[in-house]
Amino acid sequence: MSRIEALFARKNPVFVGFTVAGDPDRETSFGVAKTMVDAGVDLLEIAVPYSDPVADGPVIERAHVRALRAGTTPDDVFALVRRVREYAPPLPLVLFTYYNIVYRRGVDRFFAEAAAAGADGILIVDLPTEESGEVAPSALRHGIDRIVLIAPTTSPERRQKILGGASGFVYLISLEGVTGERDHLPPNLAGLVGAVREKTDLPLAVGFGVSRPEHVAAVAAAGADGVIVGSALVRVIEEHPGDEAGMHEVLRAVIRALKSGFAPDPDPDMPRRERVEG
Amino acid sequence: MRAGRYGVYGGQYVPETLMSALIELEETYARVREDPEFSRRLSWYLHEYAGRETPLTFCGNLSRDLGCRVYLKREDLLHGGAHKLNNTLGQALMAKFMGKRRLIAETGAGQHGVATAIAGAVLDLPVEVYMGEVDTRRQALNVFRMELLGARVVPVASGTRTLKDAINAAMRDWVANLGDTHYLLGSCVGPHPFPRIVRDFQSVIGEEARRQILEREGRLPDTVVACVGGGSNAIGIFYPFVNDDVRLVGVEAGGEGLISGRHGASLSAGSVGVFQGALSYLLQDGDGQALETHSIAAGLDHPSVGPEHAMLKDAGRVRYEAVTDAEALHAFRYLSRVEGIIPALESAHAVAYALRAADNLDEDDILVVNLSGRGDKDVADVANVHGGAA
Repeated sequence: MSRIEALFARKNPVFVGFTVAGDPDRETSFGVAKTMVDAGVDLLEIAVPYSDPVADGPVIERAHVRALRAGTTPDDVFALVRRVREYAPPLPLVLFTYYNIVYRRGVDRFFAEAAAAGADGILIVDLPTEESGEVAPSALRHGIDRIVLIAPTTSPERRQKILGGASGFVYLISLEGVTGERDHLPPNLAGLVGAVREKTDLPLAVGFGVSRPEHVAAVAAAGADGVIVGSALVRVIEEHPGDEAGMHEVLRAVIRALKSGFAPDPDPDMPRRERVEG
Repeated sequence: MRAGRYGVYGGQYVPETLMSALIELEETYARVREDPEFSRRLSWYLHEYAGRETPLTFCGNLSRDLGCRVYLKREDLLHGGAHKLNNTLGQALMAKFMGKRRLIAETGAGQHGVATAIAGAVLDLPVEVYMGEVDTRRQALNVFRMELLGARVVPVASGTRTLKDAINAAMRDWVANLGDTHYLLGSCVGPHPFPRIVRDFQSVIGEEARRQILEREGRLPDTVVACVGGGSNAIGIFYPFVNDDVRLVGVEAGGEGLISGRHGASLSAGSVGVFQGALSYLLQDGDGQALETHSIAAGLDHPSVGPEHAMLKDAGRVRYEAVTDAEALHAFRYLSRVEGIIPALESAHAVAYALRAADNLDEDDILVVNLSGRGDKDVADVANVHGGAA
């Protein structure tokens, strides 16, 4: 059983945290990951910094800029993955990347290096299913899960096609737009979760815009297996330049507050999904 | 060849959220291409409003200097002062047919932003234009023109604050507003179907030029030259000549010279990569990060190029050359004095190549240069920054 499978079998819903590798610099970045793990992040998404992150809103874009200014390269990203893997052996790690980084390095080499470093999955944010033919064999060869994106705008026919190439878990985009904090999540989340649930046995995690405890509660109530938080965590790094101790403290507090959105689980031994489905 | 591919190039490398919009655009485009009502209305706007066809001007003084027969395709005389309006009228009309209520666009030199503002004004669609902060300063006159035309200009302060960041910002807006917004992309770049749509709407340049030169000279030209940033004016004039025995030359921004690293010549000095939705040539570092580019011409200051140009380069069908800032500036002054035509700094790159190539041309050779835009927008910048009077 893979680490991702094991996590979702053991716990539901799970809390997924996102960080850009090398933000705010290469050394502090490991500290950020460590704090996130210590504060109870169940699965860590590590983004590879990129010059043109078009799927991301301003907060995460600025994190990409900070990481690149600090000189972060894909080699540094793999080094970070190795360190986090050593620190937290059972923690599932997913690389979040734009395709040109993978293409430039060579698709198979990228997947091989990711696997060797200890990554469990790769999400290529600008590689829709039509273009993903080249990565499928490499993912299989190196035992890396291909995390796919489904948007509210994805038609039922496309969902089917996308799910055909998915493994690990499915990343549901909650809203039309880029990453970033919102005041409200769209009201029809349960509908999206339910519609995708009918077509796959993979766990479903919801991200984009999730930034408050009540959002976390809403995602859990919609029946999702996981909630993904990015900008709300990345913002903490941005707001503490030169104050590492303060940053770690606030980061822990923010994660604790967000996780309070999960209602106390009366029967932690039983996966919530089975309960939702009756 | 797969749909949306030019050889291996092109494709749709976008976040899933955008795919439904691209699919809708592809379907609408296929429909309007066959719709006689669309063709009739576009044709009306191009002829009665924009001023097509544009002249193919025989330039006697230039011909004497260069020792061959030189014609300029006068896109500088199109309404708005550049070829951009061919595409913006086409796409804005298409947006109307799609029921969209809002246009967004990116702009570098400001020409595409102005052309979108014009199309939005005449077709009654509100327009927001994303423009890199650096470009809003070096093209302040065009910012004013856009605002005068009723558009809202949004300065983009992220990344390198130039054209590529304006495209990123426009894509982010589009992802969040797919229902009512059409993203009116200004060059033959980005994900399918944009490169195809822009090429088709710009091909009117080459179709006219081909017919005009046959009427005038009774034969096809020997060489057609156009400047290449994203490559829309070039693909527009090249495309109708691709199957002819005509040399096609695309001229890129050589900036301070290819060796300096400060240029915008993705075909001459770049490598293959995925950028803003398409596989093409790209100025990138070893890790795949887009590099900062430079050109005296804001419209050529871009790290990538349309995928069809990438294919034409690999096939050897089009030769791509680079011209430096200094050569372009010389051509800017030269054409103004010799023919009384002030070219856009972008178009001055094509003129500069013609000056350089003149040695290898015979007096019977016919050279067509696409004068993609007029240089009024650049006059203040050239006067202030590059040393006063001509």
